[in-house]
Amino acid sequence: MRLYADSARCSGCRACLVACSLNLFQENNPKKAALTILPHFPAPGVYEVKVCTQCGECAAVCPTNAIKQNARGAYYVEFAECTLCEACVPACPENVMFVRAGLADVAWKCDLCGDCIAVCGTNVLRLGEIAAA
Amino acid sequence: MNGYGGNILRVNLSTGKITKTPTPVELARDYIGGRGFGAYFLFNEVPAGADPLGPENKLIVSSGPLAGLMIPGAGKCDFTCKSPLTGGYASASVGGLLTAEIKYAGLDSIILEGASAKPVYLVIDDDHIQLRDASALWGKGSITVEKILKDELGEEFQIACIGPAGENGVPYAHINHDYGRQAGRGGVGTVMGAKKLKAFAIRGTRAIPVADLDAYRQAGMALYKACKDSEGLGPWQNLGTTMVVSWCDEIGALPTRNFAAGSFAEGKTLYGPVIREQIVITDKGCFGCPSPCGKYSRMKRYGTRVEGPEYETIGMVGSNLGIADAQDVAQINFLCDEWGVDTISAGSTIAWAMECYEKGILTPADTDGLELKFGNVPAVFTLIEKIAKREGNLGALLAEGTKRAAQKIGKGSEQFAIQVKGMEQSAYATHNATAMLLAYMTADVGAHHNRAWAITYDLQVGRELVGADKVARVIWLQHVRPMFDTLGACRLQWVELNIDLEMYIPALEAITGVKRSWQDLELVSERIWNLTRLYWAREHKDFGRAWDMPSPRFYTEPPKTGTTAGQITKLEDVERMLDMYYAQRGWDANGLPKPETLERLGLANLVA
Repeated sequence: MRLYADSARCSGCRACLVACSLNLFQENNPKKAALTILPHFPAPGVYEVKVCTQCGECAAVCPTNAIKQNARGAYYVEFAECTLCEACVPACPENVMFVRAGLADVAWKCDLCGDCIAVCGTNVLRLGEIAAA
Repeated sequence: MNGYGGNILRVNLSTGKITKTPTPVELARDYIGGRGFGAYFLFNEVPAGADPLGPENKLIVSSGPLAGLMIPGAGKCDFTCKSPLTGGYASASVGGLLTAEIKYAGLDSIILEGASAKPVYLVIDDDHIQLRDASALWGKGSITVEKILKDELGEEFQIACIGPAGENGVPYAHINHDYGRQAGRGGVGTVMGAKKLKAFAIRGTRAIPVADLDAYRQAGMALYKACKDSEGLGPWQNLGTTMVVSWCDEIGALPTRNFAAGSFAEGKTLYGPVIREQIVITDKGCFGCPSPCGKYSRMKRYGTRVEGPEYETIGMVGSNLGIADAQDVAQINFLCDEWGVDTISAGSTIAWAMECYEKGILTPADTDGLELKFGNVPAVFTLIEKIAKREGNLGALLAEGTKRAAQKIGKGSEQFAIQVKGMEQSAYATHNATAMLLAYMTADVGAHHNRAWAITYDLQVGRELVGADKVARVIWLQHVRPMFDTLGACRLQWVELNIDLEMYIPALEAITGVKRSWQDLELVSERIWNLTRLYWAREHKDFGRAWDMPSPRFYTEPPKTGTTAGQITKLEDVERMLDMYYAQRGWDANGLPKPETLERLGLANLVA
């Protein structure tokens, strides 16, 4: 399974980011979310949502094997094993592998908890099977 | 403090001194946040008789305890100051992402004091706070400036800025945020301009603490689920506030040609579905909103984009100016945004001028040659720029707002200056809607709708009916609706999606750790309401009943056309409503709070 985003439906409200940070870190802090909303204003006037495709490139490059798969099939960061080497960040083709010095001493990513879907009022996000390449 | 950023930031623009102090626990207890904090600081810190455009006035920017959290629509930010438009209390609300960022930066209020000698902008990046030279930004439009600052500082920064109107002292200048949302009313942007503060930018990376994380997440999720399950969600998401245009037109509440009527015969092209189809390209929500009413539009004819037009703007610069084309109205909206004026006050002032012109009170000699007839779109485009620059005789006149412009011109034009307390009435025609009329008469900033949107109640119980129940309803609305602006959240999930008010109670308790019922919250609202009333009385020595009177148009001139043709509110009913309103509020016959009322609200110590 993976998360799919229909950017055309996004209104930029960021409820998903807060819900995400609450699940991942038990904190109200959208700067610590595992998905991204990029506003493009004043022109063309659209939002772009970036989500993890669960491609596994991050796990493939992690030297400590700290990125593992959970029961939902999602790659997640085992925080205790992350050494903050940042090898995963450039490996991510969607720019949704996060490291931010000062905010957390680990890398983080989407673990498919689904809370972002629960709070999105415009049905931008959905879970779906990973399409065959 | 749970639910709060935790600090009050003060920036003195005269000296450059920046200080931060913990948010007082008692302030949170008695005034909660948002407009409550604003009213408290205004009353206690801005000296009596201060010049609204002088360094003694303060611009107080406040978030609230729900803002920035996982609560639907938790994106309301309050701007409070002494109003340059009315000389009384000004409090303007803006949505978007600003209020959340204030909390993430560890703040609850930003108090802007003094006045800079040269143009500056303020950058708040968590604890790094700096005033920078804004001479390169001065004179630029507000949308343009926001883009420049985003490009310079990064997308994570949230921006509040003014346009040329705010720089030039136009008393109804707005503060822009998130490319087209505005704290619009009462001249909050004028005060920012008088302080030579072109903009402020803020980024915060902290978490907001809450008292009971599990209970809060449960209550927050329950609120989102209720919103998503609401039958009202689909239509509201589709049209937003433009949903109201057709309804107002049909019931005779759509301001038409300077409120001469409440139905606009040509107005069908301004109805919500037409706007959606012709110009809307993206839904644009405020922080945490599952039901975004914000619509972002593209005007192909003009090569421009704008957030909006919202209902109020459609009413005030569309039907009220006799303009019926969606792209024209949206372009006027864009020009008001960029030049930095409130669309409601600008629309009303231009409508007043058009009526003056059509009646021969203003002549081509007065209008610098502009043919100011209703429906003249190019003339409106020209006028917005002239107003923002105070250019020419007409620009300077209309830059005063309707009340002062009518006082200057005279010749009976005061009769159709549609305002209360000096603030132009927003977009509900109240010839025959007595609760809404009372709401405008008594709103604490002047004739603004957001304190009590009572017009649906008029339709429900009988629009011409005048009685104690109706008055009580207006007062209840004046306590519940502004409470949302105190909490830092939007009221529209309650109003439009029928979310039960009781659902907010467990959320607020889990967030703040303080148990409060709606009865408790309404008491805080009543305290704030009375404090703002005291402020008016302190700033205007003749303040009293006469200040609550509506435009005479609504009790002397029945519309000639439309649903409300021939209908009018009787002057005696206006007076009767005020008597009942004062009695129910515990105010005297002149509309001033009685000592026992102030005692009950814990305000007795504030009056000498």
